[in-house]
Amino acid sequence: MEVNDALVDKLAHLARLQFNEEEKQEIRSDLQRMIAFVEKLNELDLEGVSPLLHMTDEVNVLREDELKGTVSREEALKNAPLHDGQFFKVPKVIKK
Amino acid sequence: MTDQIEYEVVVGLEVHAQLLTQTKLFCGDSISFGAEPNTHVSPITLGHPGTLPKINRKAIEFAVKMGLACHCDIEKQNYFARKNYFYPDLPKGYQVTQHTTPVCKGGFIKIRTGNTEKKIRLNRIHLEEDAGKSLHDVDPQNTCIDYNRAGTPLIEIVSEPEIRSGEEAFAFLTEIRKLVRYLEICDGNMEEGSLRCDANVSVRKKGDTALGTKVEVKNLNSIRHVKKAIESESKRLIDILEQGGIVVQQTRSFDADTGMTFATRDKEDADDYRYFPEPDLTPFHLKDDFIEKILHSIPALPEERIKRYTSELQLSEYDAAVLTEEKAFSDYFEKIVATGPPSPTGEARPDDPVGRGSGVRLPKAAANWMLGPVRSWLNENNKEINSFPISPVQLAALIELVNSGQLSFSAAATKLFSQLLANPSKDPGQIAFEQNLIQESDALVLARLVDKVLATHADKVIAYKNGKKGLLSLFVGEVMKLSKGNADPSMTTELLSEKLKS
Repeated sequence: MEVNDALVDKLAHLARLQFNEEEKQEIRSDLQRMIAFVEKLNELDLEGVSPLLHMTDEVNVLREDELKGTVSREEALKNAPLHDGQFFKVPKVIKK
Repeated sequence: MTDQIEYEVVVGLEVHAQLLTQTKLFCGDSISFGAEPNTHVSPITLGHPGTLPKINRKAIEFAVKMGLACHCDIEKQNYFARKNYFYPDLPKGYQVTQHTTPVCKGGFIKIRTGNTEKKIRLNRIHLEEDAGKSLHDVDPQNTCIDYNRAGTPLIEIVSEPEIRSGEEAFAFLTEIRKLVRYLEICDGNMEEGSLRCDANVSVRKKGDTALGTKVEVKNLNSIRHVKKAIESESKRLIDILEQGGIVVQQTRSFDADTGMTFATRDKEDADDYRYFPEPDLTPFHLKDDFIEKILHSIPALPEERIKRYTSELQLSEYDAAVLTEEKAFSDYFEKIVATGPPSPTGEARPDDPVGRGSGVRLPKAAANWMLGPVRSWLNENNKEINSFPISPVQLAALIELVNSGQLSFSAAATKLFSQLLANPSKDPGQIAFEQNLIQESDALVLARLVDKVLATHADKVIAYKNGKKGLLSLFVGEVMKLSKGNADPSMTTELLSEKLKS
């Protein structure tokens, strides 16, 4: 699979990242190598092998519908870069 | 003049219903509405690294319940996926949803518009978590985020594009609202956002099989708005086509004040959500006995009740439909009916002696009381049937007093009903007796009063016998007066004419 600039741009946009030209070249060749590494798997005949979706065989690890684990608002806001003691604050989403 | 082209409106609805669990889909935070901002949050809700979500068993139950009620196939091998996108009210940067393996597939919901019944097929019902809430007008510099709602369990009900008008959409949503409330899995409150709806609207020439370019209309917070938005949006799309224009795929929002939609986002390139299986959650597998158990917990649904009310209880289609709009209301009605003999069809009943022939069967009388005095009281007091003070057994007793002729309907509806509302623990018969409301239907008591009236109006009796038959109503009136309004008018008239013959 060829990693071109368009693909790097698209992924950067989806990940909300910005690269300058130099970084972009570096990322591009990194990605190319990573994908080539995984593409090695294409050499195997996987006909009839179902995909491994989860890393353990555990199923149905469920909880009962009980109130538990809530933290105080003070604690919840502690790590926020910006808050007013009530809300988390982020840059304006809608421009007026 | 050009030939008039006929268009067909094609609508698919996506309905989100907030499940009535106590806690969130993947952690134990409360989901109750209206709490102080950011007080129902935990490290899992906030998406802190190293936290491990765990599926709420009840949410699965509720989703399966809805699926069974909608005749869906239940998927037994389920897992959740991550839907990746960035928005500040989505703390993890992805939404956990059953996008890839919906727990319910296919199925349908029956709707009725006018006299036509139609099945709207469902594509799927799946479980997913809700996002938080963004507030744009609290702070002029920033957007404020409240994560209380983040992680609330939702089911998304996706219809096939088989809805053909705003009216059908209205009926479809009304039916969904009724169903989730019967199943007690969602409160169905569109104003508070526990039931939300997006409409995918497109139009095409009648006879075309390919779908037209669709527009997604959001921000529809009442069933009426959904109908209106579909009507105005389909008209807008037809106008574009009529003028030779091309419909652009868009997300639009409904403005309730103007009744029109406006564009919020062009969807030129398709969203790329990069779904993949959520590695933090184990798959969940459903066993037959689990599904069976849920199936048995489903109460009789409106369709089944309407059938029974119209056949077994011989009520009108209209009465049956109104009685079954709310489960609690319908349950109350059934409790009244249950005080009577079990099978009313074709049998003589104590409350319907063949001789009366006046149609005062218990189910019909109960329906009249429910749709008349009870419903007006609930409306006037803005209350639900659950907080109606009179018990079904008492109301049944009151109805029996009327049916057996001891009490006139008007005395029962005006006097006894309000007395009972004020003293809900008292026996209706006792109140009727104390308030002197019992009708003087006893022939002997009545006969005494009749004799008394005829004796005091001897001159009028002669006049009557000489042909002034109109005086009969005067005699009836006098008897009523003597009985303080408690005499049964028809019985009084009958007795008087009898006596005046001799």
